[in-house]
Amino acid sequence: MGTLNFIVLIPFLTALLIPLFYKKGSRLHIGLLPILVAVSLFIYLLTYIPDIANGKTFLHTISWIPSYGINFTTYLDGLSLIFALLITGIGTLVILYSIYYLSENEQLGHFYTYLMMFMGAMLGVVLSDNLMVLYVFWELTSISSFLLIAFWYQRKRSREGAQKSMLITMSGGFGMLVGFLMLYAITGTMNVREIIEIIPDLTGHVLFVPAMLLLLFGAFTKSAQFPFHIWLPDAMEAPTPVSAYLHSATMVKAGIYLVARFTPVFGGEGVWFWIVTGVGIFTLFWGSFQAVRQTDLKALLAYSTVSQLGMIMSMFGMGSVALNFGYSTESVFYTQATFAALFHLINHSTFKGALFMAVGIVDHEVGTRDIRRLGGLATFMPITFTISLIGSFSMAGLPPFNGFLSKEMFFQAAIDITTLGVFHVDTLGNLIPIVAWIASIFTFVYSMIIVFQTFLGPYKEERLERPANESPIGMLISPLILAGLVLIIFFFPNVLGNYIIRPAMASVFPSLATQVDLGVEILRWHGFNSLALWMTIGVVLIGIILYKFPKIWRWIYVLFPGEWSFNSLYNFAIEQGEKSSRRFTNSYMTGDLRNYLMYIFSFFILLIAGAFVLTGSYNFTISDNAMISTFEWIIVMSLMIAAISILFAKSRLTAILLNSVLGYGVALLFVIFRAPDLALTQTVVETVTTVLFLVAYYFLPEWQKEQGTRKANLTKLVVSIAVGATFTVVALAAQNNRLFERISTYFEDSYELAGGRNIVNTILSDFRGFDTMLEVVVLLIAGLGVYSIIKLKAGKRGKKIENQ
Amino acid sequence: METLITILSGVLVTVGTYLLLSKSILRVVLGTAIFSHAAHLLIITMGGLKTGNVPILGDEDVSAFVDPLPQALILTSIVISFAVTAVILTISYRAYQTLGTDNLEELRGSKYD
Amino acid sequence: MKINNVILRTVTKLVVFIILTLAVYLFFAGHNSPGGGFIAGLVLASAFVLLFIVYDMETIKNAIPLDFKKIAALGAFLAVGTGFGAFLFDVPFLTQAFDYFQVPFFGEIELTTVTIFEAGVTLAVVGVVVTIILSISEDV
Repeated sequence: MGTLNFIVLIPFLTALLIPLFYKKGSRLHIGLLPILVAVSLFIYLLTYIPDIANGKTFLHTISWIPSYGINFTTYLDGLSLIFALLITGIGTLVILYSIYYLSENEQLGHFYTYLMMFMGAMLGVVLSDNLMVLYVFWELTSISSFLLIAFWYQRKRSREGAQKSMLITMSGGFGMLVGFLMLYAITGTMNVREIIEIIPDLTGHVLFVPAMLLLLFGAFTKSAQFPFHIWLPDAMEAPTPVSAYLHSATMVKAGIYLVARFTPVFGGEGVWFWIVTGVGIFTLFWGSFQAVRQTDLKALLAYSTVSQLGMIMSMFGMGSVALNFGYSTESVFYTQATFAALFHLINHSTFKGALFMAVGIVDHEVGTRDIRRLGGLATFMPITFTISLIGSFSMAGLPPFNGFLSKEMFFQAAIDITTLGVFHVDTLGNLIPIVAWIASIFTFVYSMIIVFQTFLGPYKEERLERPANESPIGMLISPLILAGLVLIIFFFPNVLGNYIIRPAMASVFPSLATQVDLGVEILRWHGFNSLALWMTIGVVLIGIILYKFPKIWRWIYVLFPGEWSFNSLYNFAIEQGEKSSRRFTNSYMTGDLRNYLMYIFSFFILLIAGAFVLTGSYNFTISDNAMISTFEWIIVMSLMIAAISILFAKSRLTAILLNSVLGYGVALLFVIFRAPDLALTQTVVETVTTVLFLVAYYFLPEWQKEQGTRKANLTKLVVSIAVGATFTVVALAAQNNRLFERISTYFEDSYELAGGRNIVNTILSDFRGFDTMLEVVVLLIAGLGVYSIIKLKAGKRGKKIENQ
Repeated sequence: METLITILSGVLVTVGTYLLLSKSILRVVLGTAIFSHAAHLLIITMGGLKTGNVPILGDEDVSAFVDPLPQALILTSIVISFAVTAVILTISYRAYQTLGTDNLEELRGSKYD
Repeated sequence: MKINNVILRTVTKLVVFIILTLAVYLFFAGHNSPGGGFIAGLVLASAFVLLFIVYDMETIKNAIPLDFKKIAALGAFLAVGTGFGAFLFDVPFLTQAFDYFQVPFFGEIELTTVTIFEAGVTLAVVGVVVTIILSISEDV
């Protein structure tokens, strides 16, 4: 078993352990366990850096369902390493932060269980090489995100936000699954690496473009791209550590990971380029445009995350054109966009994580995050102020912070792409740098809003819940580390570039990486000839003007009263969906069991008997039947009589005893049919069932005579006879039509294959052990079900759910 | 023999259906129990009856066994149907205790509709 | 409902042990002759049910201080656990292993991981059946 697979499983195991260790009021904080796990995984992953930087990759496979090509295959290369490091690294910091952020009275056990579940699932997404396994982990991240957003489930908004994110990301995930299956249909393999190798010959396949679109649907919903971005702002109802971790640093980047991972498959296609770049650029613009008008700091950050994700996405789109050219100097030129994307991905995680944590601190200390109520906090919270300053300036793209570097590279890439000769870029493509530039102005404006409207200006203590104070040091450690990284990366960008990003480039462009070094020297200073620099200067100048004089342009937002247009569409769809399904359901759900059974039985009769009559497939002989002895006649006849007499039983005791007669009779038949195991089991079960009935009948009323109109009784009789007759006829016909060979001969080697002589038992415990295992689980569920139905009385609800 | 057993299970299905359509919840529970008997008989009949030996490998060389697969399926099913019967029985008992009736006509819907 | 059933009680004392022995026999016989986890579990359960019927609930609960819910859970855990245990040996889920060993005095015996799986099945069946019967009959 590969250590890589363990990396994915360890967080899940931790998640299992947390509830066991969690006790309210214990001296050791429960967060110590997950933090220990996260930090050791992070350190362990760090040891892979030298090997990965030398171009090595790691692959481990555990067979799961080999017959369908579904195996738990983990694959570690440059791209997955970046994400894995982010997941474990930011994870460690977030857990540390959450220890101080969440009060001891919260349900910490739940919180850390979900968080570890998420960490495992996310690691699974980036480390899986098998499409199906990737899909499973992908949905698991959605589920854990759902649970974490609804962590304060007493609040209505939390529940709604959770539901929204779940519905949107899950539907995207489902589309992605279909896309994966199409890819499987095209290539015949579930392994991403094999698909990359095979796909160049198959791009003309009819499913190729649908598969691409569905895959992008999954990626865009997860990464909150326009118009699916609406779930992200509502997801901010989650506790701030969760927002910092899932909804800015990791989970929302799963879509970006998917796009990067599948660039070698679909990149080089015009459709891919235009959709990824176009959607990305527009999301960049729309997100930053909407962010400026937010008054809630977290909502502002959410829109800014949407916008930054769009920016990264668009760069992956621009970089993908390099694959269109094959190997040439020109193609290497375009790969720089992808390099910038990976670089910005890391930068975004650092500065956005720091900002989220800083906002969390403000919220935690003064009890509000509404910028209209905040102001002048800089004197009270100098460290938080510094962190926010670094984060925001980096986000705005100012030196000396890492955001400046990647923003410059982004501008450069956007300018370069206009020189592209293919995909009709020469016409529409000129819009790309212009939109990017406008969006960056808005980015600048909202970055300034975060710092200056929160920390400078007049201090309005009367509008705060609590007077401002600097937070305890524990909560400051994590954002300080991230802010430190923001600075360090600016001064030493090429360490990151060479050891982390260059190997990842090889994963995105496997065909090019063998020919040429895809590393890019990250420069802090491009000289005054660089157009990108002038774009940045323009952004700053216009940004300052817009920030200083909001009155002259804020009216623009009046033009977009449909700020929530996609939201209202979503709400409308949810509402209508609920309404119409209720109407539809009420039309046939009468609340009477007999009506439902009537539906089932009439369908059974109509469909089966109808098909039988229409196809005329009735065919029946008794020639190869086994002999019947007198003894057997007697048993069968008495069974029939017993069965029919149940209908006329006057008391329920008679009915149970007749039922037992049936049971023991069937057991006797099993003896005759050479099935000793069955006979034994049936006898014992019948005994226990009879006891069960007797015990239960002690509490239940004597049964009344069935009263009903003559007509109703007649209908019952007709339906039952029809069902019985259909059943008999189909069964008889089935016996005489064998379409397939018997498969049982395989099991007759049980002694060699499973080391047992009792074939039935070996089937149960070995050949079909999976069924038995699940059966045991079903039994357990039934037992617990009975126990809880009996023991737990209604009306003793726990906390009352608040509906605000 | 196969035909006879099939007819027997047909009769059981008829009785089971009739009971399922009753008003009294106890009859319904009994109906499901009888249904499972019918299903078991049907499954074992499908594998062919009495055409071989008990499916246990002995030392002597016996070539023909009765089909072991239906037996394994039924063994699983017997235990599950016990569990299902228990659950339905408990639910009906609980419903009777809470609502004071075992008549399905009175047991429809809830006040929250 | 107190019925003084001296004969029944005396017989039960004896019979329960026979049933228990039978259950153990069936459990180990299961691999090579009729028997197995399910049957053994059911027979065990019926022994307990017999005890609960003949004696009153409290006596037996004091004599056998077992929480049958936990037994059921332990059983399911064992059964599922052997499935995952296969991963430790790098073989597909639920792969079972068996081998034959020469043991002095007993001769050749077979050791197999199926036994653990079957033990899980047995425990789950016992636990669930007794839990069901007990929870219904306790609720007055």
